[in-house]
Amino acid sequence: MNQTAQQVEQVIQQRYKAGFYTDIDSDRIRAGLDEEIVAMISAKKNEPEWLLEWRLKAFHHWQTMVGPNWAHLNLPPIDFQNIHYYAAPKQKDRPKSLDEVDPKLLETFDKLGVPLHERARLAGVAVDAVFDSVSVGTTFQKELKEAGVIFCSFSEAVQDHPDLVREYLGSVVPYTDNYFAALNSAVFSDGSFVYIPKDTRCPMELSTYFRINARDTGQFERTLIVAEPGSHVSYLEGCTAPMRDENQLHAAVVELVALEKAQIKYSTVQNWYPGDENGKGGIYNFVTKRGDCREDDSRISWTQVETGSAITWKYPSCVLRGDRSAGEFYSVALTHNHQQADTGTKMIHLGKNTTSKVISKGISAGKSNNSYRGLVRMAKRAHDARNYTQCDSLLIGKTCGAHTFPYIESANASAKIEHEATTSRIGEDQLFYCRSRGLDEEDAVAMIVDGFCKEVFKELPMEFAVEAKALLEISLEGAVG
Amino acid sequence: MLKISNLHVAIDDKEILKGVDLEIGPGELHAIMGPNGSGKSTLGYALAGREGYDITAGSVEFEGEDLAEMEPEERAAAGLFLAFQYPVEIPGVNNAYFLRAALNAQRKARGEEEIDSMNFLKAVRESLKSLKMDEALLKRAVNEGFSGGEKKRNEIVQMAVLQPKLAVLDETDSGLDIDALKLVAEGINAQRDGKRSFLVITHYQRLLDYLTPDRVHVLSDGRVVESGGEELAERLEAEGYAFLEEGSEA
Ligand SMILES: Nc1ncnc2c1ncn2[C@@H]1O[C@H](COP(=O)(O)OP(=O)(O)OP(=O)(O)O)[C@@H](O)[C@H]1O
Ligand SMILES: [Mg+2]
Repeated sequence: MNQTAQQVEQVIQQRYKAGFYTDIDSDRIRAGLDEEIVAMISAKKNEPEWLLEWRLKAFHHWQTMVGPNWAHLNLPPIDFQNIHYYAAPKQKDRPKSLDEVDPKLLETFDKLGVPLHERARLAGVAVDAVFDSVSVGTTFQKELKEAGVIFCSFSEAVQDHPDLVREYLGSVVPYTDNYFAALNSAVFSDGSFVYIPKDTRCPMELSTYFRINARDTGQFERTLIVAEPGSHVSYLEGCTAPMRDENQLHAAVVELVALEKAQIKYSTVQNWYPGDENGKGGIYNFVTKRGDCREDDSRISWTQVETGSAITWKYPSCVLRGDRSAGEFYSVALTHNHQQADTGTKMIHLGKNTTSKVISKGISAGKSNNSYRGLVRMAKRAHDARNYTQCDSLLIGKTCGAHTFPYIESANASAKIEHEATTSRIGEDQLFYCRSRGLDEEDAVAMIVDGFCKEVFKELPMEFAVEAKALLEISLEGAVG
Repeated sequence: MLKISNLHVAIDDKEILKGVDLEIGPGELHAIMGPNGSGKSTLGYALAGREGYDITAGSVEFEGEDLAEMEPEERAAAGLFLAFQYPVEIPGVNNAYFLRAALNAQRKARGEEEIDSMNFLKAVRESLKSLKMDEALLKRAVNEGFSGGEKKRNEIVQMAVLQPKLAVLDETDSGLDIDALKLVAEGINAQRDGKRSFLVITHYQRLLDYLTPDRVHVLSDGRVVESGGEELAERLEAEGYAFLEEGSEA
């Protein structure tokens, strides 16, 4: 039986295919964090006064805070003075079109399977690509404009739509929210901005691709999506980074605002470099994601497939403010080797008849630790609110761990909360059954894991479901026996 | 086809099979009976190559090849099939997808072309129909939520599609209703073409009535203690295993 454990161990040895580095001149602000750095970032972006002030307020607040100390993450101290908070590939000016983007950059995204040239891109998906601290190009601008949809880099939005940014920035995740949200608010460099006008169904999937390339840099992007009443949008983000021995920090903030009857579907395929098999290197992924169902009958759905990062700390949440608003969270988190993930969701029910659904699938292998942490809060006025949570863990091998921490707070007796949790090990009997039918061990493991994740994969937009499945398979790939 | 000589198998250093001899020729159907815990399933697992079932002495040859040298999936590709006494559930994995992946993995290992979905579906539908199974079962997850009898019939569907040279059927008849038993027996008989061989593990004579085995063996405490024709099964049905002990003492 021990032999099975060993073989499975080999099967799941990750091969990280996005681990290359692009040699490109980069314009980088000196390492360190102080008021001057914050002002320099703001100046680089030619930001209005109010935004600089906001950043500085966030910075001062951050200085008063202490770093997190979580029970189930083993987090080495981070030297914030040793990080570069801004790095951008050198370009004369902001490229007006993709033809002006450095071919080396385009090549990088080609290699990653995210060709930016519209001709090459899957029809029906618009892409914004962020390389280190800046956005290098957004595709399908014209088509989106015709529909009245704004999809651009955050920096562009600050220049071109300052009123919208000012109205909504920090309205879902205030800079006081937590340590990393405060840090991000002070030093965020770029990200994506989406605005869907009233009664508009966004004509295509929107997607952002984040790439950390430069050494010793952190990535602090900010995404803001505003869906006006009656509008619909589906958005996907993907992420990768080169393989390095040092740890790199990624601390993003994502804010979603859904107004009356609006629907936002936000999907993530996260494949940051997880570190090597001895736990050296990898991305620290500390992300604050929150959706605000601000008005009645709105709906926000989070779907995430997380296979990367050395440490993940992430709780995409929904604030269900409007009556009958709905929040959903579908998650697959795979950890192996020495990866640590502490992820889950918060469903905050404020409005009447609000509903939330949580499906979480944790897969742990190697020496990794995978925790689900979920909060369901029913406020006093949340009459007849309902939550359903299902939380399944799959263990591969005997040296990994899975933990489930459900927190339930209910101030309204009419609220209904259901929670189901299971933990199972990839059975030797399941593997043997598959093999006795002719499947080799690698295919058998991939098939069992894929089956385990089915409920989540079916929530992803088609193209990305295929990508996510392939990603899991790569993560589980390795020589057998 | 299959030649088992003086086979000893241990699980966690505990000897379960203590010297089994058995030979099955092409086209033959043999039955194995024997009391609970006598080692019948252990023999099936050892043939299919389950980990932890260590061959400590003796040998098993399948079409002249030493099975001990082969991985479970290699044995499958070589034409060995085991219908499990307790078929395993694989949640979320579509039954048809699973079977097609298995078939294509075997074909690939044998250097054959993959089967296209049209021909595959045709083959599965036919075997489902002959076993009077609902096609909806194809879309469900492998064995998940199947009734006991449906699981057993699903094993026979797999056998019919995979077309093994030697099928070891471990108590496929247990838990089947009377009609299903007949359908399963017909499913097995339909596969008998004078070349394929079968090793049928069962507790009941009823299945054997439909199958008319070439040989019946009785396994007791890890050894074949009695072999004979069909009449042996009838005698066991009538008298139980008690006479064996008398026989062996005499
Ligand atoms: N993993 C194991 N560890 C220890 N003993 C085992 C193990 N698996 C099986 N055995 C023992 O081996 C013996 C033979 O079991 P086996 O399942 O082969 O019997 P069987 O003849 O198929 O019985 P049944 O008619 O009840 O299916 C039993 O005594 C059983 O307890
Ligand atoms: Mg048995």
